[in-house]
This record gives sequence, C-alpha cells and structure tokens, in this order.
Amino acid sequence: MATGSASWSFTEEDFGAITSTLRKFLFDANARCALLVDRTGQLVATVGEQPDFDPTAFATLTAADFSANDQLAKLIGENDFKSLFHQGETASMYLADVARRVILVVLFDNRTTLGLVRLRMKETVGELTVLFEQVFARTRSGAPAQPSILAGADDEIDKLFQ
Amino acid sequence: MSMINYASREINCKIVYYGPGLGGKTTNLEHVYGKVKPDTRGKLISLATETERTLFFDFLPVDLGTIRGFKTRFHLYTVPGQVYYNASRKLILKGVDGIVFVADSQVERMEANQESMQNLYDNMAEYGYDLTKMPFVIQYNKRDLPNAAPLRELQTALNPGWEITDAARQRVTPDPAHPGENLVEQVPTGEWIERAPYYEGVAVTGDGVFDTLKAVSKLVLKSLA
Repeated sequence: MATGSASWSFTEEDFGAITSTLRKFLFDANARCALLVDRTGQLVATVGEQPDFDPTAFATLTAADFSANDQLAKLIGENDFKSLFHQGETASMYLADVARRVILVVLFDNRTTLGLVRLRMKETVGELTVLFEQVFARTRSGAPAQPSILAGADDEIDKLFQ
Repeated sequence: MSMINYASREINCKIVYYGPGLGGKTTNLEHVYGKVKPDTRGKLISLATETERTLFFDFLPVDLGTIRGFKTRFHLYTVPGQVYYNASRKLILKGVDGIVFVADSQVERMEANQESMQNLYDNMAEYGYDLTKMPFVIQYNKRDLPNAAPLRELQTALNPGWEITDAARQRVTPDPAHPGENLVEQVPTGEWIERAPYYEGVAVTGDGVFDTLKAVSKLVLKSLA
C-alpha cells in the first residue's frame, strides 16, 4: 500500500469467532457492551447493548487515549500499558490491548465489579490475541488478497467530485 | 490505513490537516462542519485548551458520497501546530491515508511553515511512510491578507518538488487546478520533478476549503482503486 501502513482484513468466520468470544465474556463478566477499535481509531465491532453515543467519535478518542498512554508508559520506562481503567459514578470502562493492533473496550456499570471484569477480561484478551494473530499471519502471508472494491472505479470517483 | 467495512458498506479513510500553529487547520474543519448537511457528518470533536488552541486534535467524520454501493466516510483530523506538541502530533499521523498541509501565507510565517513541513516529513518517515508516494495536498491559507507572500515564493519554499526516477512516470502532467502549470515536468537541469497539488484558501470565509478537501479525498480514493 502506498502509505506504507499494514492493512488487514478478516473473514466472516473470523468475525463470528470474535463476536462469540465477546458475547461469552459479556455474559460471564455481566458487562454491558464491548467494542473493538483498531489503533488508528476505526471501530471494528460492537457487541452487547448498542451504545447510545456516537460510536465513531468514541472509537477515535479511545485510540487517542491508548496512544497517549503508550507515550506516558515510555516516559516512565515501560514499553506500554496493557490495560487502562476509567471509573465513573455509574458507568466505567476498561480498555485492554489485543495483539498490539486492536483495543478491546468494555463498558460496565454497578451490576458487576471491576474485579470480575478484570478477571474475565484476561482470558478473553488471550483468546482474542490468538484469533487476531491468525488473521494478521494470514494477511502477512499474502493469502486471499481480495481485489479492491474500487478497482477500475476511476470514472465513478471523478463523477463523485464534479 | 483505510478500512473497508463490508457489513455496514462503508469505506473509512483518514485525512490529517497538518501545518504551523494558528495557520487555519481547525478553521478548515469548522467550515466543513458548518457547510455539510447534518445527516452526512458526525460531531466535531475538539481537544483544545481553554484559549481554543488545539491541544491534541480536532476530529470530524464526513460522508462524501457513495461509490459502488459503499459510503465513503472520511475522518478528518487536525494536529496541534505549536512546535512543542510534537508527541501528540505524531500520534495523529498513525494510519493516515492523505495529508493536507495548511500553510500560513503571511510573509512572517514563512519560517514556521518550513519548520512544520520539515517536521511533517520527519514524523512520516519515523512511521515508514513516504509523503511523496501518498495523497498530499497543500493549501496556502490567508490569501486575503495584505502581508501574504506571493504564491511563487511559497511554492519555492514549501513545494519545490521531488525527483521522479521512475521512467514510466516521467511525462508532463498538467495541474487541473492551475491552467498553464504542471504537477510533473522536466526542469531545465534535466531532472523530472513532481509537486504536490496546491490550492489557495481563505479558511475564515471558506474559500478553497472544499476544493482542498475534494482534491485530497479524490487522491485517497484513487489510491485505493
């Protein structure tokens, strides 16, 4: 890719495995909602109660939050912070790094406890890391690269900007 | 890094507005926010200081239309221009698909422009991105001010061009926005050079804001085609 950034894609099967892992986690931890956000600020998936906020803005701020904290970690001599916790009066969120490319964000309220969320999150992050490593390995090996849906769409692109 | 979401049929791309402090990056986004229909844009998020200087970034998602049944969604970001915010500025560049450099045309800001342009090249290089090989557009802002430097001077200082060694690309390419000028041409010394497309702007009145946005968005989509 021209930008030099690594792109990745996952299949419907991957998506199914990821969402079922998250559903099980939400049930076990009694949490409300889980979101997966990639490090560049794009929302990848939402599972559980549909959030009533703007998910695009949320994803952007999550990625920025994590990136800023990575830099803070470096300043104090750590490589990174694997997880972050933000506590509110009724709603709280727990964020964890998955395979250094994706962030898992969990929203929960006082129906559960931080201890339970943290405990369940640890195993979930482990499972998701395995799933995502497989996805990235497949992308790296150059396997089923789909042709871009915009291939040959130059005329349409020109028309869009007339 | 653009993301194509087949489930919601969206193509998401990231565009970053870069440039010196007080050059008009946030004003560009505010104008876009004010002009596009509310149903085609999201919230404008500003992480700014109490004096309205950008601290971390501004963010605005906009839809620019549909291609092949996919909504084209552009995530517009600005960076803080002030020199000492480089750590947060660099973070915003992660995964960028297209860059707009908003230069301040005022003569006395020439050095700040050059410093910011150099900083952009450096930060991109640290991520392993090559600015000369990706969608990149320059906006000369504040053209209405009496102390605005002549375009030629700005072009010489900020957009002198980079050499093209690939023989297949060594052909004269006219600049569609400026008749009589070329984006790719051979200079008298024999080398072939390419310059970034440029636009004149007065972001406070909105002049040139959409021309710039359309130009960079088009380049981004074409880079995916």
